[in-house]
Amino acid sequence: MRLRLVVNGEVREVDDVWEGESLLYVLRERLELPGSKNACEQGECGSCSVYVDGSLVCSCLVLAGQAEGREVVTVEGISDGDDLHPVQRAFVDAGAVQCGFCTPGFVVATHDLLRRNPDPDEADIREALAGNLCRCTGYEKILDAVRLAARGATG
Amino acid sequence: MTSGVPIGVPAGAMPPAPTRERPRSPVQRPGRVGEESARIDGVPKVRGEFEYSSDLWMDGMLHGATLRSPHPHANIRRMDTSEAEEMAGVHAVLTHEDVPGRKVYGMEIPDQPVLAWERVRYQGEPVAVVAADHPETARRALEKIRVEYEVLDPVTSAEEAMREDAPKLHLSGNVLRRVKVLHGQPAGATAEVVVAGEYEVGMQDQAFLGPESGLAVPDGRGGVDLHISTQWLHIDRDQVAESLGLAPDEVRLTLSGVGGAFGGREDLSMQIHSCMLALETGRPVRMVYNREESFYGHVHRHPCKMRFEHGATRDGKLVYVRAGLVFDGGAYASSSNAVCLNAATFACGPYDVPHAQIESHMLYTNNPPCGAMRGFGAVQACFAHESQMDRLAGALGMDPIDLRLKNAIEPGMRFPFGQEVPHPAPVREILKKVKDVPMPEEQELAGRDPRELPGGVSNVTRGEGVKRGVGYAVGFKNIGFSAGFDDYSTARVTLAVEGGEPLVRVHTAAAEVGQGLVTLQAQIARTELGVERVAVEPADTRVGSAGSTSASRQSYVTGAAVEGACAAIREHLFERVREELGGNGDLSLDGDEVLSEGRVIVSLVDLLGDEEIEETLEYHHKETHPLDENGQGDAHLQFAFAAHRAVVEVDTELGLVRVVEIATAQDVGKIMNPQALEGQIEGGIAQGLGLALMEEIQVKSGKVQNASFTDYLLPTILDMPSVRMEILELADPEAPYGLKGVGEPPTISSTPAIVAALRDATGQPLTRIPVRPEQMVGISSKPPEEPPHPGSAGYAEIGRLDERPEH
Repeated sequence: MRLRLVVNGEVREVDDVWEGESLLYVLRERLELPGSKNACEQGECGSCSVYVDGSLVCSCLVLAGQAEGREVVTVEGISDGDDLHPVQRAFVDAGAVQCGFCTPGFVVATHDLLRRNPDPDEADIREALAGNLCRCTGYEKILDAVRLAARGATG
Repeated sequence: MTSGVPIGVPAGAMPPAPTRERPRSPVQRPGRVGEESARIDGVPKVRGEFEYSSDLWMDGMLHGATLRSPHPHANIRRMDTSEAEEMAGVHAVLTHEDVPGRKVYGMEIPDQPVLAWERVRYQGEPVAVVAADHPETARRALEKIRVEYEVLDPVTSAEEAMREDAPKLHLSGNVLRRVKVLHGQPAGATAEVVVAGEYEVGMQDQAFLGPESGLAVPDGRGGVDLHISTQWLHIDRDQVAESLGLAPDEVRLTLSGVGGAFGGREDLSMQIHSCMLALETGRPVRMVYNREESFYGHVHRHPCKMRFEHGATRDGKLVYVRAGLVFDGGAYASSSNAVCLNAATFACGPYDVPHAQIESHMLYTNNPPCGAMRGFGAVQACFAHESQMDRLAGALGMDPIDLRLKNAIEPGMRFPFGQEVPHPAPVREILKKVKDVPMPEEQELAGRDPRELPGGVSNVTRGEGVKRGVGYAVGFKNIGFSAGFDDYSTARVTLAVEGGEPLVRVHTAAAEVGQGLVTLQAQIARTELGVERVAVEPADTRVGSAGSTSASRQSYVTGAAVEGACAAIREHLFERVREELGGNGDLSLDGDEVLSEGRVIVSLVDLLGDEEIEETLEYHHKETHPLDENGQGDAHLQFAFAAHRAVVEVDTELGLVRVVEIATAQDVGKIMNPQALEGQIEGGIAQGLGLALMEEIQVKSGKVQNASFTDYLLPTILDMPSVRMEILELADPEAPYGLKGVGEPPTISSTPAIVAALRDATGQPLTRIPVRPEQMVGISSKPPEEPPHPGSAGYAEIGRLDERPEH
């Protein structure tokens, strides 16, 4: 099938998409956007988190066809140009990145949290990021990164 | 859509496969050793631009898939691949008959078929591989391969495997390894106070997030390039070359982005398969496991059953330890040999034990193969010896910390396996440090945010049954490979002027798996050569082996190799300075300049000119020795110690847990990079917490019940508390910079500390991990053999929901 969608502000069209492909597959394999990660492909780990029409979703759980005509923002579209987004900067500075496989998902989920709640307390952060698994960091530095990004954003 | 029609990819002639460009090696300006130094791969990782092995892509590449045995034990009667081969879009279907070289592989014992023939020994064992133009086409082709199995009864436990009448799973029998440690006169030893206990550890998974994956590219001359996420490029290369029937230099490996490892990438997964498919089709072949397949695609932490008896004097001095440990190695050897040895040498814990008799057994079964995972045999032993120390403290009426302090091992004493305890061995210091960390304040239960109750928002009480508990544990681990293994690493370092400034290039084959080695190598080069700019080259097999990224060894061994190669370059520079400028003996390097007595005498730019200085150094660590028949020998290189304190809250009615805080004290010898060190400690504790509370691959009749992240539970950000740490820097005089390996100790004693805290809160014995709610509320001491299901006794009492009268 043919698929048309807006990804990171650009209209993209893909041909020969098999109906069984997920949005994650199309992003990674057909649109050269491998930043969204394929860790569990069943919506448990959050590594494939993207925005679809402004909602945070696991792109592995969205069929490609469901994204027809939608606006998708991936980790590659979080920053403006060459500069890192403050959330990305905070993850680097806080040491929240080790193997980094979960990082794109955490970056998008944190971006979403701070958009909704610019000044989250610890329980808010933990609840908001409970759908993202990290196997390396023990989460402490991720908490630091979110606090750092929130401080940067609020002032 | 029907099978037989190619999916997605238009047909057409493929151009000859281009070779992949070598990954870039960005220039960094690292800090010195000991300073904060941001990781060079951090920026591409947060942007989603870092290339992991599952992101690899080439024009014209095919997708590989693996057919796996559905049975844990069966004879293969017949295999027919013809239907699969005829499918449109399928380019190759390969079985054991197509393995060009050695048909088996394995790091310690080559006992594992590349592709099974005659017999399968575990559920998920690879039987055939397919290459097709779309992953879905490849999966459908697997369904068209007809395999006729004669299903056999599986051997489903180590105890069963030991029985005389058990089927022999390998020609050598079912005993994979037996290690005995005899120390003092254990046979006749008696003591005033004796405690005995049985302990069990479930099968934990490394659960790295980046799935097994790689891209094999044929070179058109019969050789192959493999881009792969692994822990040890050279041992992969040697095994791949052997099975492909190629010379080692015809198989070239380049490390791709690694999404975590934790031991689970030390064995091969799709390496040989993808290369076979690439050589057969003449096309690049990528293989990427999905999460379910990943559970079958790598080894796990060994499940273990242990029986321990501790004897002590009435005033709390240990007299003897007798212990039997039985490990389930699963179907193939992997690194089970070394795990068995480790467990035997660490069974007594870091204590002075006058008499010891330890027997550690490793058995083949038809369960999933087990091998390396962070902690490697020390984890299981530590759960038992620390549980025993608490039990002994209870029997003596002693404080558990005091009992440990009283028996702590010291430098100059001998471990039960005969090796002298080297300096430093700060068991007492770390215990005292962790005890002195201020306790977290008790939070009111009444009116508490439900998100901060045990079980979080799923807690249905108001905290009435919540009790607090505190537990301690201490553990230790060998750093580096042991027992006579020639463990080494190779570093090639060059210094030249590039872009008008000096630049050091560091090239090793050491695998960066997330721990931060890529930064550490740069820091060492920066420190040794005083040069601001460093580029760490991509790890590949163009340089000599770096050994494995495991056993917490890379900072030590590859660190020493980089340090040594840099020192050789420095000597070369100083010689030139002395020859050309007549400088005196007291030369140093800093800020891209050569200094004498602290004064600049020449810049490196001027000194080097167009010349490039290159030095390659192979660093072999101090010799170790195998154990003798009584389990005696200088088996280990270095020992690292950590202690943990856990504070928990348990809802004793619901069996729900909230870990409030973990405190730890660890001797690291030297803090090389503070942020990376903290990350290792926090992450290691999270994996220890997982083993204590939730992580277990459940295997029933040889079949995995929970091969997914829905059913295999990992700690989330809601489960993991904050960590308070006390870091000691007691230099090891033999190690580079005095450092000690840091990756594993956090995982070892965090688990028993949490379980001790749970016991303190619940009063339950809790002898099996992961601890389950029913054990915490005292319904059962062990999980039931058969989980309750509709119609079983539990439901009979309360009535099935759909049969209740109100429905």
